[in-house]
Amino acid sequence: MSDKNPKTIETILSTASTLRWEVGEDMHESLMEAIYRDAARISGRVVAEAGKKPRFNWDRALDRLLTNRWTGFPIMLLILAVVFWITIAGANVPSGMLASLLVDTLHPALKSFATSIGTPGWLNGLLIDGMYLAMAWVVSVMLPPMAIFFPLFTLLEDFGYLPRVAFNLDNMFRKAGAHGKQALSMSMGYGCNAAGIIATRVIDSPRERLIAIITNNFALCNGRWPTQILVASLFIGALAPAGLAGFVSAAAVVGVTLLGVFLTFAVSWALSRTILRGEASTFSLELPPYRPPRILKTLYTSLVDRTIFVLWRAVVFAIPAGAVIWLLANIHLSGASLAEHIVNWLDPFGWLIGLNGVILLAYIIAIPANEIVIPTILMLTVLVAGLAGVGAGAGVMFELGDDSAYLAVFSAGGWTLLTAINLMLFSLIHNPCSTTIYTIYKETGSVKWTTVSALLPVVMGMLVCFFVAQVWRLAGG
Amino acid sequence: MANTKQASACETCPVHHAGNLIRLGIKLDNVDFVIALAGNPNTGKSTVFNALTGLRQHTGNWPGKTVTRAEGAFMYAEKRYKIVDLPGTYSLLSASTDEEVARDFILFGQPDVTVIVADATRLERNLNLVLQVLEITNRAVVCLNLIDEAKRHGLQVDERLLAKELGVPVVATAARQGEGIPELLQAIDEVAAGKVICKPHRIGNESPALKRALEVLVKQIESQFPGLPNARWVALRLLEGDKRITEALRSGELGDLGRPLTVAQEAAGV
Repeated sequence: MSDKNPKTIETILSTASTLRWEVGEDMHESLMEAIYRDAARISGRVVAEAGKKPRFNWDRALDRLLTNRWTGFPIMLLILAVVFWITIAGANVPSGMLASLLVDTLHPALKSFATSIGTPGWLNGLLIDGMYLAMAWVVSVMLPPMAIFFPLFTLLEDFGYLPRVAFNLDNMFRKAGAHGKQALSMSMGYGCNAAGIIATRVIDSPRERLIAIITNNFALCNGRWPTQILVASLFIGALAPAGLAGFVSAAAVVGVTLLGVFLTFAVSWALSRTILRGEASTFSLELPPYRPPRILKTLYTSLVDRTIFVLWRAVVFAIPAGAVIWLLANIHLSGASLAEHIVNWLDPFGWLIGLNGVILLAYIIAIPANEIVIPTILMLTVLVAGLAGVGAGAGVMFELGDDSAYLAVFSAGGWTLLTAINLMLFSLIHNPCSTTIYTIYKETGSVKWTTVSALLPVVMGMLVCFFVAQVWRLAGG
Repeated sequence: MANTKQASACETCPVHHAGNLIRLGIKLDNVDFVIALAGNPNTGKSTVFNALTGLRQHTGNWPGKTVTRAEGAFMYAEKRYKIVDLPGTYSLLSASTDEEVARDFILFGQPDVTVIVADATRLERNLNLVLQVLEITNRAVVCLNLIDEAKRHGLQVDERLLAKELGVPVVATAARQGEGIPELLQAIDEVAAGKVICKPHRIGNESPALKRALEVLVKQIESQFPGLPNARWVALRLLEGDKRITEALRSGELGDLGRPLTVAQEAAGV
């Protein structure tokens, strides 16, 4: 509170507006010039260039290569492919080890312990077969790739590569009527879409920020990589000769990723010409110097802050989902489980879009976390196809030992190459997970835009899958 | 905490005090001093922030990474400090959201010390922001970061001359390696405790017309709000017709900046 007379304050203000006329229009510029002059004078006095400049300027040379019109994009793709390849190849072994510990060893131990202390069968089914196994699956499938992918990504970030990506993509984003910084939020989306949505705060204009939020879902998030990688290596890699299988499946994943980038541009373009019309704003992006990444520190922070954080979130969502699956599979109505009823009911629509009822139900159950799509599909397929000797019983999430076992389950479920392709497409183009939807709501504060962001991709995904299925059936018979 | 007796050589040695740094992370209660961390984008503000608080605010080598105001705390020489990491900006004059967040905090948040992180390899451009901050506040420390990179590029920055020119303490740091952090802490402590009184550089070469206008307006403002640390800057903003500042003047928010805080306000961390 001020005890000053309001009158004198108004006097000051009116003096200011009178004086404004005397100073003239160019006051802002002349003030800026004054600041610039002083800054130049001071820095001229205190900075000395000692000795000769280094003969070779690494930053300049690297920038020339990484942001070059011809080499920039191929190098970007190459780096992307190498990061995926390291993630895919490196995650296999630790994933298997974790699964054998958590699923093969600990699960039966827990079961027999529960039986020995006399817990009722339904309770230990719900807790151990449902909740514990869902969690065990998520940990063993997600932890190794995340522990590889996030540090690699953070190293690139620490090194200074991300602004170069933004620089390369800026022109395309501008042509699509979006903000160049959307490249940065998109890159974050490859780790986690919710994080990508938060990263859109770097975009000032609300219009362009909305575009970035709505299209962030087209950046494949961490929870969807395992689906892409598994399906690609089972169905697409299998088409190639054994020696090339790894390469072909990595290429398929890169292809889906690129399709996502393409959709980001296409949808941004469409939005900026319809409901979010406006000019693309300009911005200055500073290309910071390359800095040697601090490897140990990066490893530590990306493991603790990103990996464990995302993993924890996935576990929190997987546990109730595990319970839901177990209940759906174990509550019976007129001779069949609830899951079977729902799957049969969804099947015709699933067939229409080249998928099946199992996949659709899995995507409904997996709204909280994309990570559990594959285990849910496996469990439901075994249940519906009535496979004997596979898995551990109704509603039990399990992991299969090797690729041929997966394939056996899938073929029993009536899967074809079309199902695989459409699953990869639908995994790219469907609604964001519930955390992301909630983040969108928090960031936009609008039910309308949250709804648009959630429904637009799922409708698009169904249309794309429908289209692919029709073409496939017409061409292949 | 005025030091009347001559401190011993040990106590004034930065190495001695570095041992006094206790990182408090997010324990923000009962702070003695509030520090604002300002600077251009991508100069290592978040790295300095992490070095002081022990927090792991995400750092990355790209501008615009810090999108929200991060807060942390540390304890140094028996004083508790709250430190606020502001979004990186190139200027405080044009009105984008992040510039407004930064400016409003430096002005209305009344930090006891504003630490301006400047990139030693791009000093001239960074000084533009430094000079603008020094117009607003007279309790500042310049953290001349990335000094290792400057050396690698064959640049030598005379930080003592820079301190003389700017009228505030200048500390050269390489925050990624933790170099210079003890010295930075000591400089912060000295300015916060009033052991060092800053005489910040103020822009002097404006046009004659502007100079005349400022003289009139500053006189009026100073007679109404004695003790306002930045009457000249306020006058400039009013001349430019800054709505936020006009409003703050009317509501008394700005006038209050001139008076010392009451004990109750201080306790509430206002």
